[in-house]
Amino acid sequence: MRMPKILFALTFASLAALFATQAGAQGLTVQIVNGVPSAIPVTVVPFGQQGSGPASPVDIAQIVSMDLNRCGKFRTLPGSEVVESPTTGSQIKFATWQQLKQDYIVVGRTTYDGGALKADFELWDVNKQQQLLGLSITGQGSDLRRVAHQIADQIYQKIIGVRGAFDTRIAYVTMVGLGDNAQYALVVADSDGYNPQTVVHSHEALLSPAWSPNGQELAYVSFESGNSAIYIQNIATGSRRVVSGRAGINGAPRFAPDGKRLAVSLSFQGNPEIYTMDLATGALTRLTHNLAIDTEPRWTPDGANVVFTSDRSGKPQLYEIPASGGTPQRITFQGQYNANASISYDGKKIAMVQGNGNVYRIAVMDRSLGGQETFVSPGNLDDAPSWAPNASMLLYSANEGPRGVLYAVSADGRVRQRLVLGDGDVREPAWGPYRNP
Amino acid sequence: MNATVRVSVVALFCLAAAACAKKQEVKPQAPPEAPTTTTAPTNTEGAFTPADLQSNACLRTRVIYFDFDKSDIQSQFDNIVACHAKYLRDRPMARMTIEGNTDERGTREYNLGLGERRGNALASALEAAGASADQIKVVSYGEERPVCREHNESCWHQNRRDNIVYTTE
Repeated sequence: MRMPKILFALTFASLAALFATQAGAQGLTVQIVNGVPSAIPVTVVPFGQQGSGPASPVDIAQIVSMDLNRCGKFRTLPGSEVVESPTTGSQIKFATWQQLKQDYIVVGRTTYDGGALKADFELWDVNKQQQLLGLSITGQGSDLRRVAHQIADQIYQKIIGVRGAFDTRIAYVTMVGLGDNAQYALVVADSDGYNPQTVVHSHEALLSPAWSPNGQELAYVSFESGNSAIYIQNIATGSRRVVSGRAGINGAPRFAPDGKRLAVSLSFQGNPEIYTMDLATGALTRLTHNLAIDTEPRWTPDGANVVFTSDRSGKPQLYEIPASGGTPQRITFQGQYNANASISYDGKKIAMVQGNGNVYRIAVMDRSLGGQETFVSPGNLDDAPSWAPNASMLLYSANEGPRGVLYAVSADGRVRQRLVLGDGDVREPAWGPYRNP
Repeated sequence: MNATVRVSVVALFCLAAAACAKKQEVKPQAPPEAPTTTTAPTNTEGAFTPADLQSNACLRTRVIYFDFDKSDIQSQFDNIVACHAKYLRDRPMARMTIEGNTDERGTREYNLGLGERRGNALASALEAAGASADQIKVVSYGEERPVCREHNESCWHQNRRDNIVYTTE
């Protein structure tokens, strides 16, 4: 009665290929490379079909299940072990799922009219035989996968107590070809790598994409003019503007939490210094004053401070300075090389690239635990950590042989998912903000 | 758990996309010639002309290399600095762009800074030898323009470099 899982996978591959072609972007292959046996066991039963319309073009249960698996907090029952197919709470035989040692079960039904998709779903506690959620979520047109991501977000929030971040987007840079044949693209995709959409193409390097807080714009660095320049581009309309094309380096843009200012690293006054730019007027405020390389500014979530990379002590380390100016304080003391910080939404965790010898790994420093540090990536040339908006997961870039790949890793470092471009490099990941449903 | 979920089939993209980029060979380049072997006729007698950029062995050398995370000009490149400085002195209309580059280790934005530091180091050396600041422009490409893409020291050494590009001879 149920389609085998591999067929689902192939169906999605075709769909992804379709979207990829439409958007002119190359899709990513997604592989979960390890899991956590101690994660919460949950069953997502394939959704039933409601009404006389066509079948849903997306398998909601499959997408929900993959979302829950890759965040590291859940372990879903493999399809072959889902022995019964209830689609409403009243059809659930709890003894079956208790025997399978499941803590939670998700059941649901879809209604599709060829345009809009409505999914009704219920989340039940298997042991208490208690309904925790019963919601209806609707999606339109090309965004049907969002229905599943929003369901996964609801389940995540109900069980974990933190807002889910599956219904979000990521940005990354791809590079295909070498030397004079190199083709770069800045791409935006769903958080699971689906629906890639090219934002900008270039024959010269693109780097450092950064999301505006409302998710509508990306700031990035492009070398298309022959030198680095900072652009801000509207994702939906494609319209863009140069916000800094000064002599020297124009690098490392980051929007302030209020979206009104951009922190940047500019060297037009002699060497790279941290500035904030008022986006309405273009006026610059200089924050740092020394001969070191000061770059990679990151706003703290309250917008009060900026964490940045500086080699003023000899090697790159992280420093923090008030966004209104002041004296920088060094905040990293472990490892020879610390750079490229990503600060979690609550300001407690700072992910960074930590280098020791020739090995560069992603380290997470927990400021609420006295600066305790853990590594969440194996190296050797890992870069560009970027937190999910709920800090449940991190994206980062890695090198595997000659190619660049991305990894999504759970915050505890235990579940890792590889995102590989079919042909070429993928790098410079940036996890976008929450989206409005 | 060994759940490998392949949700995207590369072949499909290739069939669907109008053009699939050709697989690029990663070509390790021959190690750079030891610059110390470059003969450097400083030619203090006559002034350089644009023809010398093609014929003079020292002027034809347009790249110098750096140690890891360093930006000081090594003494083995003093002759290169001297002949290019003389060319700029002899040809006040000549203009040069110095492209600063790094290896792949470390972060991209920090490496932009490091590449610029290397470019500035060469620019300062040329100016100290009599070139005019307005003849020289420095651009940093950081780690974005490697000439070699393997992950080892011989490759990294080739990438830690300044390239000299004459924009007006």
